[in-house]
Amino acid sequence: MERYSGFGLVRHALSHHEQWQRMWRNPTPKRHYDVIIVGGGGHGLATAWYLAREHGVTNVAVIEKGWLGGGNTARNTTIVRSNYLFDESARLYEHALKLWEGLSQDINYNVMFSQRGVLNVAHTMQDVRDTRRRVNANRLNGIDSDYLDADGVKHLVPAMDCLENARYPVLGASFQPRAGVARHDAVAWGYARAADSRGVDLLQNTEVTGFLIENGEVKGVETTSGEIRAGRVGVVTAGNSSTMARMAGFNLPVESHPLQALVSEPLKPVIDTVIMSNQVHGYISQSDKGDLVIGAGVDGYVGYGQRGSYPIIEHVIQAIVEMFPSLSRVRMNRQWGGVVDTTPDASPIISTTPVKGLFFNCGWGTGGFKATPGSGHIFAWTLAKGRPHPIAEPYSMQRFHTGALVDEHGAAAVAH
Amino acid sequence: MFYIRCPYTNEYHSEEEFKPCGQAQIRRADSPVSTSDEQWGDYLFFRDNIRGVHHEMWLHLPTRRYFNVTRHTVTNEILETWRMGEEPRYQSDGRGGVIDTRADNDSEEVA
Ligand SMILES: Cc1cc2nc3c(=O)[nH]c(=O)nc-3n(C[C@H](O)[C@H](O)[C@H](O)COP(=O)(O)OP(=O)(O)OC[C@H]3O[C@@H](n4cnc5c(N)ncnc54)[C@H](O)[C@@H]3O)c2cc1C
Repeated sequence: MERYSGFGLVRHALSHHEQWQRMWRNPTPKRHYDVIIVGGGGHGLATAWYLAREHGVTNVAVIEKGWLGGGNTARNTTIVRSNYLFDESARLYEHALKLWEGLSQDINYNVMFSQRGVLNVAHTMQDVRDTRRRVNANRLNGIDSDYLDADGVKHLVPAMDCLENARYPVLGASFQPRAGVARHDAVAWGYARAADSRGVDLLQNTEVTGFLIENGEVKGVETTSGEIRAGRVGVVTAGNSSTMARMAGFNLPVESHPLQALVSEPLKPVIDTVIMSNQVHGYISQSDKGDLVIGAGVDGYVGYGQRGSYPIIEHVIQAIVEMFPSLSRVRMNRQWGGVVDTTPDASPIISTTPVKGLFFNCGWGTGGFKATPGSGHIFAWTLAKGRPHPIAEPYSMQRFHTGALVDEHGAAAVAH
Repeated sequence: MFYIRCPYTNEYHSEEEFKPCGQAQIRRADSPVSTSDEQWGDYLFFRDNIRGVHHEMWLHLPTRRYFNVTRHTVTNEILETWRMGEEPRYQSDGRGGVIDTRADNDSEEVA
């Protein structure tokens, strides 16, 4: 694999950028792999990379029905943070955040991870109490987290309406300085390129249509390009996970909902951090190009159409304009939706299944981008050893029968 | 934006007058004491989450009436709305298609 560097950029400039190598091969599927990963989003590709690098398992295929990273990975608002309430979540998301911090070097690909901080705004007294509690919990778990009062917020985000008579008064906020945003496509492409360089086969435009199951044990998958056999199979298909589970003969505690986002025309810098408001289901940041990136809430009903309903967009824009009156005349450029796999406790499922050798990693819902490196890292371990990584143990789908939920709903300003 | 027909008043109203309440026809499990953890968990948390023809319950907010909707979750086409206690006409065929239970030929697909 060609190494990317500043020097390389200059060298390629001399040949008018016509000599760049392809980032990955386009291989024909083998008949058998040690591990098959279904779903070529960020999580699936990261899993492949850590399987190869950490565990030396390189006879691996990632099977993707569309193009790499074209699912939620390419549709999200890229907020990365680890300030969740519960210990289990803190371990999981902080594990990911630590990996984010070295990721560009690790995979030799600039994922533009920008630690510009994330604010979770509190609008009511109950919000304030919950936020303080969460900040304390974060600190006990060794996660950087501060409580800011309204003045602190105003100082950090001058554009926000912090007056007392605001429609959504700002009473305070939590602030995690190490949180931020990253470039979503780069994450998928970087992991893909790194995994490919270790021999992982990336099979695009190949849909998994069924599982080969013999005596309760998975033996491979059926795809639109024929049968492919494997020792173990990991399914990382986000919004499509219930359909995949049904193919394998079981049900998941997951519902798929459309979630939307939109971006504005490019502006000069106005917002240099990320602002999230759980109360109004809106969050906003500004990309390096200058577009405002705005995320909304989910539609209340099950939907697989990768587009959301209009009232949700109207609602989020109303809220953003109330919070940032100076943005009221900004024009919006594009709007889109993804299908997110929500669980009853707003925590993911990283789990063994009733089928031996078949593992699921799903249920990340509206907030799995931030977990991409951590999810891939512990899922690779799980696939390599055949049992859940210690960080993944609380996230078994068994918890919906035992009642040991990791109930981050509302607890952790959970929007994203 | 959906226009949904309330099966009680037969009037169409926009989506925002309604609240989606999840999968339809979920039977409440018997007492948690006599039910296994497995059955109780299934009742509380596990859903069909169909890609295709989906039966779901909605609430008309102004009149506080619950009813059911058969909707295709990819196209959002609403095939029918029906009152509580009634049975739906359209069923999922398990592969994203529709079965019309009142068609002459049972296996005929309408969409
Ligand atoms: C609008 C929006 C905003 C969001 N904002 C944030 C945010 O700010 N921060 C955050 O942390 N998270 C956010 N999320 C959530 C985040 O995007 C997801 O949790 C995360 O990207 C999931 O990654 P993934 O790799 O599991 O899924 P995906 O990227 O969706 O990958 C799954 C892949 O599986 C493939 N697949 C499905 N079925 C099959 C099959 N049968 N055969 C082969 N391949 C198949 C799909 O084509 C897809 O490419 C947001 C999501 C949306 C939609």
